[in-house]
Amino acid sequence: MAKPLTRADGPQSVPALLHRNASEFANAPAYREKEYGIWQSWTWSQTRDEVEALALGFLELGLNEGDFVAIIGRNRPYLYWAMMAAQMAGAVPVPLYQDANAEEMAYVMGHCGARLAVVGDQEQVDKIIEVQDQLPDFERMIYLDPRGLRKYDHSKLDQYTAVQEMGRANREKHIAELEARQAKLDYDSTGVMLYTSGTTGKPKGVVLSNRNVIETAKSSSEFDDLKRNDEILAYLPMAWVGDFIFSVGQALWTGFCTNCPESADTMHVDLREIGPTYYFAPPRVFETQLTSVMIRMEDASRFKKWLFDTFMAHARKVGPAILDGKKVSAWDRAKYALGELMIYGPLKNTLGFSRVRVGYTAGEAIGPEIFDFYRSLGINLKQLYGQTEATVFITAQPDGEVRSDTVGVTCPGVELKIADNGEVFYRSPGVFVEYYKNPESTADTKDPEGWVATGDAGFIEESSGHLRIIDRAKDVGQMADGSLFAPKYVENKLKFFPNILEAVVFGNQRTECTAFINIDLTAVGNWAERNNIGYASYQELARHPQVMDTIQAHVEEVNRSVAEDEMLSGCQVHRFVVLHKELDADDGELTRTRKVRRKIIEEKYADIIAALYDGSDKVSTETEVTYEDGRKGSIKATLEIRDAAVQPVSRRMAAE
Amino acid sequence: MERDSVKDQADSYVTNDGRTIGPTVMEMKNITLRFGGVEAIKDISFDIREGEIRAIIGPNGAGKSSMLNVISGFYVPQEGEVWYKGAKRPPMKPYQVAQQGIARTFQNIALFEGMSVLDNVMTGRLTQMKTGMLAQSFWKGAAEREEIENREIAEKVIDFLEIQAIRKTPVARLPYGLKKRVELARALAAEPTILLLDEPMAGMNVEEKEDMSRFILDVNDEFGTTIALIEHDMGVVMDLSDRVVVMDYGRKIGDGSPDEVRNNQEVIDAYLGVAHD
Repeated sequence: MAKPLTRADGPQSVPALLHRNASEFANAPAYREKEYGIWQSWTWSQTRDEVEALALGFLELGLNEGDFVAIIGRNRPYLYWAMMAAQMAGAVPVPLYQDANAEEMAYVMGHCGARLAVVGDQEQVDKIIEVQDQLPDFERMIYLDPRGLRKYDHSKLDQYTAVQEMGRANREKHIAELEARQAKLDYDSTGVMLYTSGTTGKPKGVVLSNRNVIETAKSSSEFDDLKRNDEILAYLPMAWVGDFIFSVGQALWTGFCTNCPESADTMHVDLREIGPTYYFAPPRVFETQLTSVMIRMEDASRFKKWLFDTFMAHARKVGPAILDGKKVSAWDRAKYALGELMIYGPLKNTLGFSRVRVGYTAGEAIGPEIFDFYRSLGINLKQLYGQTEATVFITAQPDGEVRSDTVGVTCPGVELKIADNGEVFYRSPGVFVEYYKNPESTADTKDPEGWVATGDAGFIEESSGHLRIIDRAKDVGQMADGSLFAPKYVENKLKFFPNILEAVVFGNQRTECTAFINIDLTAVGNWAERNNIGYASYQELARHPQVMDTIQAHVEEVNRSVAEDEMLSGCQVHRFVVLHKELDADDGELTRTRKVRRKIIEEKYADIIAALYDGSDKVSTETEVTYEDGRKGSIKATLEIRDAAVQPVSRRMAAE
Repeated sequence: MERDSVKDQADSYVTNDGRTIGPTVMEMKNITLRFGGVEAIKDISFDIREGEIRAIIGPNGAGKSSMLNVISGFYVPQEGEVWYKGAKRPPMKPYQVAQQGIARTFQNIALFEGMSVLDNVMTGRLTQMKTGMLAQSFWKGAAEREEIENREIAEKVIDFLEIQAIRKTPVARLPYGLKKRVELARALAAEPTILLLDEPMAGMNVEEKEDMSRFILDVNDEFGTTIALIEHDMGVVMDLSDRVVVMDYGRKIGDGSPDEVRNNQEVIDAYLGVAHD
């Protein structure tokens, strides 16, 4: 691989950065967590001491260089420290998705051969105990929250604070060894290993070096001018590369403070209290928030509703332009300022976005209306495009060039090229080292010159230089008549309707497209309540004739919009069905990051797909479901299949 | 039963799941309670041991709640004695009983609806407060320190019962299942020796019942709190409790481990229903 020319003169590893911060910004807050109703905070020097104590404890427990340490739990400072402590001790931290079930955990922990695990609570301890027979390398577990664990067999179980105590008590014995191990760390040593969510097959362990982490953190922090006094809220899964880069990489590089919520349920309250200046959320979070705002406005008094509608209309007209620093008349500015006082300001405060200076969304396409809503309020929401293999950043939107349909220009240090089949390739200092124990996949993804295949099809817009993504390259197919089939393009258009939570479009090698639809229970449920429509379950609501009518109208509207695109006009949805259950990661239908797993869905619901294509108007089906605790059950249902009106198109061969 | 013989002889014993059950902490001796001519409780005796989960079950109108009210000091029985921590308890007001370390929840939730969850939980600390109203209104010195200490205890309970997200929410806005949990929180905030739960699962769905059962077990396990509970749902009782008293028409018809009670013919009759002479 071609080594990047840049080589920072500064710290060469994550622990080295921590030491730098502990001496340079010793008394500035580094981590905060709300516990017992109060925000507890730790300065950089305290953080260093905590991390060091834990690392010494790791040595006392016999952790070797190159070992893997699994880290599982919700976002808590202690777990971020565990990652840093593992690195200090020369080991490799492997954060796992906390909602993964025991088998998924067994696979990942077995694959990397983790010897230690640092976990949040009893739930995680139980999962690992369940599968530890399958893990020959696994030795000990360290837990944070002692609740419910008092009577567990502690021969292989230690409390986090006890390990730290052990480390402090044995400081003299191990400190020289610990310092020697840290001195050995350089740009090429492994910083972290993250498992990809895996839309196909088993998860792959992406090895990221200190170079990947630090170079990426550095260039992305400069790109958005992140400062030491910035604040972030760490609430996205710790196993996701973005959280690692934001809460560890960038936090260490710039020295800003990472705040952890009290619990998953209190996230919105905590968001308001902290008022982050740098914020990241997947489109789904923004969608849910917008839906809840709209639902609450429906219940507001008529005057308030009028006020809201009037000022929001004005915000949509001039808000984005003001944010981008474009010319706006003095009158419009004055009116916007009044709106800020009466509507936008209080609304941003309620949402917790009052102080957001840089906001990002990524992972999926975001609906233009949703995107514009937040931007018109004056929130600098932007899009970025990235993946684990790139240490997040491939492209991002610079301030002033933000649009909902592109993912921005290349980040500093990143090169892009588009292959003949439309697949996007990149090369950057953030490019991963390898897939752990999987040289074939590594070779498939990364060529000898360091170019990495993203697996996404896209093109660079000539007028602006922005990258536009169409779909997953492997999902892009051909209809029976040879025209282009891009399911995600259509699915995204469908999902922009608040009533539709999830959609799966079929049509590869077929004469026409069909779709599965999941309704959004919050939005549709609220509509049902306002219209006095009673329902007992998700299933019953999903097959209500009026709901079906609404969904049909949405599908037909999407068809009209798809028909306008010459290349993709063949992808109009001819027939659809509203599914009787929500697609769920526990059933393997979605990945843990909520991406659709097409193959599994196609196999599991083969009977429904067959009915979509054989012209029948209903189908009876039985589906196995897995509950959160691992029990299985089944749902029986008879689903109605509807035809949607399609626009006539003059079919052209895509190959022409 | 082997366990019973050990239990009867020794001051304390260890259960199968590793909890230590101590000596008797409360004893009811020949309690009879009458309302006019109606005998709600007829000559009932049983004991509660330290650290155990003791259930009182029985069909509707069996006198379970009356029994709980006798323990909590709300009703004074016409006959019989209540022994607590090795001494006979004189008739006293419920707040005095509470000060002795007995806290309770109610069958029909009795929270302050307009107050926030936190404030409701804080009221559980009232019996422990030493400073007077005057000191508290100036909120200086001892009063301030006391408030901070009490808030800490309340917050630990809130954390324990996982109700952080509704800390500032007025109780009136909460669903039923959560209100029940807030009631438990308020009782726990008093750091009781004995916790009395009056039908903690009534009106709950299966999931809420599972949650509540877990919290009851955790409270008993983590704080070593002795728990006396009344419950309708036989399944729940049998899974939770160490020993069960069964009542029917004010009489005690069974007393023992869940297994013993389950196989007791009189208990089976009471639940399945037979003709009473």
